[in-house]
Amino acid sequence: MAIDVQRVERSDELALKGGEDVVRLRQAVRERAVAVGFSLVDQTKIVTAASEIGRNTVQYGGGGTARLAIVTNGTRRGLRLEFSDNGPGIADLAQALQDGFTTGGGLGLGLSGAKRLCDEFDIQSEVGRGTRVSLVRWKPY
Amino acid sequence: MERIPILRMGRFLLVTIQVDMHDQLALTLQDDLTQRIVADRARGVLMDISSLDVVDSFIGRMISNIAAMSRVLDAQTVVVGMQPAVAITLVELGLDLAGVRTALNVERGMALLQQSGA
Repeated sequence: MAIDVQRVERSDELALKGGEDVVRLRQAVRERAVAVGFSLVDQTKIVTAASEIGRNTVQYGGGGTARLAIVTNGTRRGLRLEFSDNGPGIADLAQALQDGFTTGGGLGLGLSGAKRLCDEFDIQSEVGRGTRVSLVRWKPY
Repeated sequence: MERIPILRMGRFLLVTIQVDMHDQLALTLQDDLTQRIVADRARGVLMDISSLDVVDSFIGRMISNIAAMSRVLDAQTVVVGMQPAVAITLVELGLDLAGVRTALNVERGMALLQQSGA
């Protein structure tokens, strides 16, 4: 992964197959965000980012997994989310990251909005093989 | 099938969303509300989202759609009770809910509907 963390405290994987899994994902991310000690606004931001990317994994990636990890880097503590699918992949990542770009009839804010809601964001995609999105939100000092 | 209840209060419809909605449930609510506006000849819709601790782009779009559809059907929509953390996140996400009338709570939302002659 491109995002560098020094230590993983706790890590679990969730399957993302349908819409109800996205609800479960939101609840699981909320629970981890509370455990990290995020403020209510920061909890809401990372849960919302997870909801956007989780929906993409289900809707565009044909399902996949989300790995939730509480991580530390030096003195910082945060929450890392890694989404992975074996779907069709994204041909033009720069375009997919633009506000308002959509192929699915949505608002086109999922990827770009989720990126704004976290501190670190990495996306890798290969056409025909799938997409991996990884994001971190650090607890502010 | 799972549904969000829609209550009728005089000329208005009242919806209180109290569960974390999956996408299909949100779409069902959108369809149900549109049909009830016509069936009940409702002049306004009051949507209480105070229990929602997350509004992502999908739910945000549903809220905008409901407001637009009700407008086309000659009814007004007022969304009430948005949590401050949700408001902050929505704006950062890039959604401003343009065209959606909002009020701080149910009481003010109801007053807004009554004032606007709905």
